[in-house]
Amino acid sequence: MRYEKPTTVEAASALLAGQGARVLAGGTDLLVQMKARVLSPDVVVDIKGIDATRKITKDASGYTIGAAVTGAELKEHPTLSKDWPGLVEAANLIGSTQVQGRASLGGNLCNGSPAADSVPGMIAAGAVATIAGPKGTRTLPVEDIMLAPRKLALTAGEFIVSFKIPARPAHGGDAYLRFIPRTEMDIAVVGCGVALALDASGTCTAARVSLGAVAARPLLVVDAGKALIGTKVDEAALAKMEAAARAACKPIDDKRGTVEFRIDVAGTLAKRTATIALERARKV
Amino acid sequence: MQERVKKPQFDVVGTRPIRPDGVDKVTGRAKYGADLKMAGQLVGKVLRSPHAHARIKSIDISKALALAGVKAVVTAEDFPGQPSEFIPAGEGVVNYRDMSNNVMARDKVLYEGHAVAAVAALNEKTALAALDAIKVEYEVLPHVIDEMEAIKPGAPILHEDMITTGVTPAPTKASNISKRVEFNLGDITKGFAAADLVVEREFKTKAVHQGYIEPHACLASASEDGSAELWVTTQGHWVVRAYCAKLLGWDIGKIRVTSSEIGGGFGGKTVVYLEPLALALSKKSRRPVKMVMSREEVFKASGPTSGGTVKVKMGVKKDGTITAAEAEITLQAGAFQGSPVQPACMCAFANYDLENVKVVGFDVVSNRPKVAAYRAPGGPISTYGVESVVDEIAEKLGICPIELRLKNAAKEGTRAAYGPKFGPVGLVECLEAAKESDHWKAPVGPNQGRGLAAGFWFNIGGETTVSLQLNEDGTLTLMVGTPDIGGLRASLCMMAAEELKMDVSKIRPIIADTSSLGYNFLTGGSRATFSSGMATVEAARSIVKQACGRAAKLWDIPEEAVTFEDGMIRPAGENAGKHQPMHLSDIAKVAGKTGGAIVGYAAISAQGAAPSFGVHIADTEVDPGTGKVTVTRYTAIQDAGKAIHPSYVEGQYQGGAVQGIGWALNEEYIYGDDGKLQNAGFLDYRIPVASDLPMIDTIIVEVPNPRHPYGVRGIGETPIVPPMAAIGASVRRSSGVRFFELPMSPPKVLKAMKAAGKA
Repeated sequence: MRYEKPTTVEAASALLAGQGARVLAGGTDLLVQMKARVLSPDVVVDIKGIDATRKITKDASGYTIGAAVTGAELKEHPTLSKDWPGLVEAANLIGSTQVQGRASLGGNLCNGSPAADSVPGMIAAGAVATIAGPKGTRTLPVEDIMLAPRKLALTAGEFIVSFKIPARPAHGGDAYLRFIPRTEMDIAVVGCGVALALDASGTCTAARVSLGAVAARPLLVVDAGKALIGTKVDEAALAKMEAAARAACKPIDDKRGTVEFRIDVAGTLAKRTATIALERARKV
Repeated sequence: MQERVKKPQFDVVGTRPIRPDGVDKVTGRAKYGADLKMAGQLVGKVLRSPHAHARIKSIDISKALALAGVKAVVTAEDFPGQPSEFIPAGEGVVNYRDMSNNVMARDKVLYEGHAVAAVAALNEKTALAALDAIKVEYEVLPHVIDEMEAIKPGAPILHEDMITTGVTPAPTKASNISKRVEFNLGDITKGFAAADLVVEREFKTKAVHQGYIEPHACLASASEDGSAELWVTTQGHWVVRAYCAKLLGWDIGKIRVTSSEIGGGFGGKTVVYLEPLALALSKKSRRPVKMVMSREEVFKASGPTSGGTVKVKMGVKKDGTITAAEAEITLQAGAFQGSPVQPACMCAFANYDLENVKVVGFDVVSNRPKVAAYRAPGGPISTYGVESVVDEIAEKLGICPIELRLKNAAKEGTRAAYGPKFGPVGLVECLEAAKESDHWKAPVGPNQGRGLAAGFWFNIGGETTVSLQLNEDGTLTLMVGTPDIGGLRASLCMMAAEELKMDVSKIRPIIADTSSLGYNFLTGGSRATFSSGMATVEAARSIVKQACGRAAKLWDIPEEAVTFEDGMIRPAGENAGKHQPMHLSDIAKVAGKTGGAIVGYAAISAQGAAPSFGVHIADTEVDPGTGKVTVTRYTAIQDAGKAIHPSYVEGQYQGGAVQGIGWALNEEYIYGDDGKLQNAGFLDYRIPVASDLPMIDTIIVEVPNPRHPYGVRGIGETPIVPPMAAIGASVRRSSGVRFFELPMSPPKVLKAMKAAGKA
């Protein structure tokens, strides 16, 4: 096994184009899988030497968050938690405090688990990934990156450099909730991210609802968002959204929950998450 | 007014000094099973079965042995075959054929994770490569996991020679039922006929693991001269020594076993897994061999306790008098016989003073890891069923659950269905304490409910040896042989200090190795503070007697004319006042000149262990949108006899309650159709984390055990007996639904609440 720490995206792409190469960001999934002998890569490419993966920048169009920025760093940023509290909270539900000091948004997405906590948070916020590869750079919405468990829409040599999160709308709010049988140190049985925007009269002008762990990939549930747009996000609209969220679920029975349970809880969480996002949107 | 119990006043007993092992545990200096290193040590690893049930057709180790850095490989061929016979050992019996075949599979693998070979190599990487290089040819056989499936006709048979015992006439065909047991008292037919209400229910519990944080670990070093040393995390190193000697065919006296600090055992570290393998590998490689299990190995290959099916039928009169009680308990033993079905049956109705009882139990093998003891083995399973039915009876009759229990409670003179008459016991006192508690009187909020249940455990004494040395400066060294898993050393030093009227910090305890002290049975059966305490008191009194003898010599007066009062050795009777009283430390200084070292030694078989009853109150809140149950308040009340160090008694109450909460709400072994365990890790085997729990309040009730010098009862096991029924009763009220199956995990709770129109 070879360890490489390139300092440019080009060098990283070249290394990743080779056989048996894996990206190392925080390592909270990769190293565990290597120790469990699930993965034995020939080359581990540590992308943290590339400046763009490690910083958060803000401009009028929003935030650019490096793929290897950790959950703890997101929380420490002076304005990110005010603008996108749901996203920051989602990233800080991953693992333990120690894990949150290492785990990154890029790693959480590219580990390829449908239950990744930060992914519905990013999808709801409308995050777009900047992907570097041998043929240059391209962008892709986060909801289009994971295709199936452990399967990504990235080609050989490609890796995520950063995420673009749009500027928060004037009256916008987001939230993320997950269901786990205990209070921490667990994997989402259902995860739900909601971001919505209101106009001055309190009518919903935009809404994105994303569900995790209820299908082979994290879902952007367009119908659930549509159920809120144009409404005052009242009980009737929330009930419609809850039904749309349940309708979108295609879960499996497994050791963490049944199909029936996941569908039920997806609706419950969607409503609770939207309610928090709404409160936040009304306060700004 | 007459006092029920005369409470003596103590100087040290009942106080809360800092534990002697505390500082090193907090700083990390304390050495656990994996912490010892020896020069030249090898890494030992185990190759385990990927199948739930298969015949081993062949094992080829040649490629592994050919790898550079591989120093030894062992298989079942390296262990002598054992006859199948049941040998009395401690609390129960052992069968060395089963034990040998469990630590290293012979002919068949009986569960996923069953050991088939072990290697010793220079480093972990080489050892793992060696495991990959061992070629095992299996003939995969059909498997069976559930105990009720395993007893059906046509189920795959694990052991072709297993003929159910306890059945007349003896069956002619092999089955997966190892034995049937039965306990009777009175006439249940008459009892049920006299009942106004009969409640009959069937309960199901899942296999749960002890969940000790420290995995099994040991370091073995065998010498060319036939002797060997073993460092191991265990609840009983004399037991480990005996098992290893038998499994290897070595002399007991040549094996010296030292117990490390132990990071939890809960009964699961009373058996051997790695130890005989490490010794065999060390002998073959002529190097020390260290072996440490991964968490996955702990779950797949070390003992959980049984899951089971418990049928309970109870009859009562309208006034709440129980007229008859019947139970049938079927427990998983794992791949080899020996579930705790007998104690499960004995515990089932022990809370009650009954005239008519019948309990039948079945011990059933299936393709799961062999169960090991887990805190009050069997008791929590049968008690869950019985106490849940008692709660339902209270609800149906409209009687307070405490009053119903008080009406029927076991007390001094009650004959238990399993035989003995109870001496002084504290169930009534615990129920009264529950009734008087702030918790019982407090209101509950929306979506909340309160439940209560009682529990019992027998407790044991047994073989115990201690040595107490009076050092030349007057300090003392206490050598004990029961590993300290819950504050034992502190409690023993306190009893010695009480006897000797000394500052407890002047007594330094160690857990001695098997070559330094006479035989000690293990720390289990809630016996350590009771038995080692009794031996420590005897040893301390011997020191006093010897010291008085030395003073008599110095003063040239008869030994009978010397007394020990208030920590001073004084001349008494006609000699009183004629000599300057001496402190123990004064005697210590002149010990060499008056006859040599002063050592108190006690080698006893402790008799007079007394049961402990407990009552738990649980409040839960249920989320109707997700079915998630949160424990919002919890109180554990229990009779300690006498709490030597109340903090460690409270710690046992809290720990047992927490393990019971996990068992009730989330913990379970989950198997796939392929017979493989799907949640062999703490991520998906959910023991409660700190943030899941409220503070567990405790109330110590003290009804002294008249047969212990300080009134001690064992208290470590009872606290895990009531929680599941207490939580069940609480969830009944918070969710509106009564559950008959553990764990009450969110998918099950939500589904049941929806079906009942409560969610």
